[in-house]
Amino acid sequence: MAKYILILMGGVLVNNYVLQQFLGICPFLGVSKKVNQASGMGLAVIFVMLFATLATWPIYTYVLVPNNLAYLQTIVFILVIAALVQLVEIILKKFLPSLFKALGVYLPLITTNCAVLGVTLNNISDGYNFLESIVSSLGVGVGFLLAMVLFAGVRSRIENCPAPKSFKGLPVTLISASIVALAFFGFSGIVENIVARFM
Amino acid sequence: MSIIIPIIVLAVIAVVCAILLTVASTLFGVKENEKFAPIRDCLPGANCGACGYSGCDAYAKALAEGQSNATGLCVPGGNGAAVAISEILGVEAAAVVERVAFVSCNGTCDSVEKRYEYSGHKSCRSANMTYSGDKMCTFACLGYGDCANVCPENAITVENGVAKVDPVSCIGCGICVRTCPNNIIRLVNRNERVTVKCSNNDKGALTRKYCKNGCIGCGKCTKVCPAEAITVMNNLAIINYAKCEKCGKCADVCPTHAIHTVNFICGAEK
Repeated sequence: MAKYILILMGGVLVNNYVLQQFLGICPFLGVSKKVNQASGMGLAVIFVMLFATLATWPIYTYVLVPNNLAYLQTIVFILVIAALVQLVEIILKKFLPSLFKALGVYLPLITTNCAVLGVTLNNISDGYNFLESIVSSLGVGVGFLLAMVLFAGVRSRIENCPAPKSFKGLPVTLISASIVALAFFGFSGIVENIVARFM
Repeated sequence: MSIIIPIIVLAVIAVVCAILLTVASTLFGVKENEKFAPIRDCLPGANCGACGYSGCDAYAKALAEGQSNATGLCVPGGNGAAVAISEILGVEAAAVVERVAFVSCNGTCDSVEKRYEYSGHKSCRSANMTYSGDKMCTFACLGYGDCANVCPENAITVENGVAKVDPVSCIGCGICVRTCPNNIIRLVNRNERVTVKCSNNDKGALTRKYCKNGCIGCGKCTKVCPAEAITVMNNLAIINYAKCEKCGKCADVCPTHAIHTVNFICGAEK
């Protein structure tokens, strides 16, 4: 049990994909202007990451590895994830129109988001089994949501601040992103110790 | 040989994905209403909400799905949009009553006294929060142009401290009506010929003291009106346009010239 909590918290805080590994920066900077947009994007990412892991882990383990084709993983994963998101979109539109509307434009936007591809590839390279991979994807997704919402909050404050003219817009956004990322460095090493203490 | 296997594996995975997607789209595909897109194209896309729906998309959807048969609700689109939509839906076109916004205040800088010097943020909303604005009359146009800022057609200008709508470019969307903190902008049918250019509900003597151009509720217009279309309510003349015969006699007798003869089609006003 402790292992799963460790993987989950590691994904959320220590190895935060956006703020520590710098994957998925594009939506992080693009869709973080408003908190509700950021949370919509974050939820869609969690959703897609879980489905992507559900599909890619079995394909890797039962199709690629037995045929000695592990080196094909990147191209196969891109293909599978893109098709999967399309499929999920069609099914959602039919059966859960309200969820489809809520996820809206974000679903197709993240079809080949590098954070989604990254989590599936990292699950393999970290040697996780199926259940561990699912937990890790959930953690990474929640971490992405956390980073998006936190940064959207920071950004809405910055909008109202009198930044120097040359810093207005993207420069000040990037600087504040780096400061938020620095803050997340404080988590490294902490989670392991906390979990160890409670277990 | 070794290159054949990866190609086959990749091709097989791709074909499986393609088959899955095809099956899913035929099984679960949701058909968009085919009338939606052409109806949406007829609407001007101002998203003003004058039709009562939340934007052009919502109105087009309601029409396409048969929730509404009222094709004449789009004020900015006018008769052109109504006729085009009616053709798509195959129903009879409902005539659009074209409307224009009208600022019911003539309290220009030289006709109304100032109560204090307002030096805050130049917006009607914030001016209105400090003792209902700097003009003596609390029903006056504050003249900081909140309506001009929201007008999608740039039809509003502030002249001499009072907002003025150019009726020729006004599309009647009513965004300014909702924006005005004093609620002195009204939507009037484009074919009307007289309007009361005052919103003051104070007693006549007070109105007279505050503003040279205000309606003092004397009732001369009610007596001269041949159709009995004018009533004085809360010290303010109100024209019932259902009865109005557009003769303009009320404007002639009004002692403060608060009733104006107007022509919203060519934009003349007197």
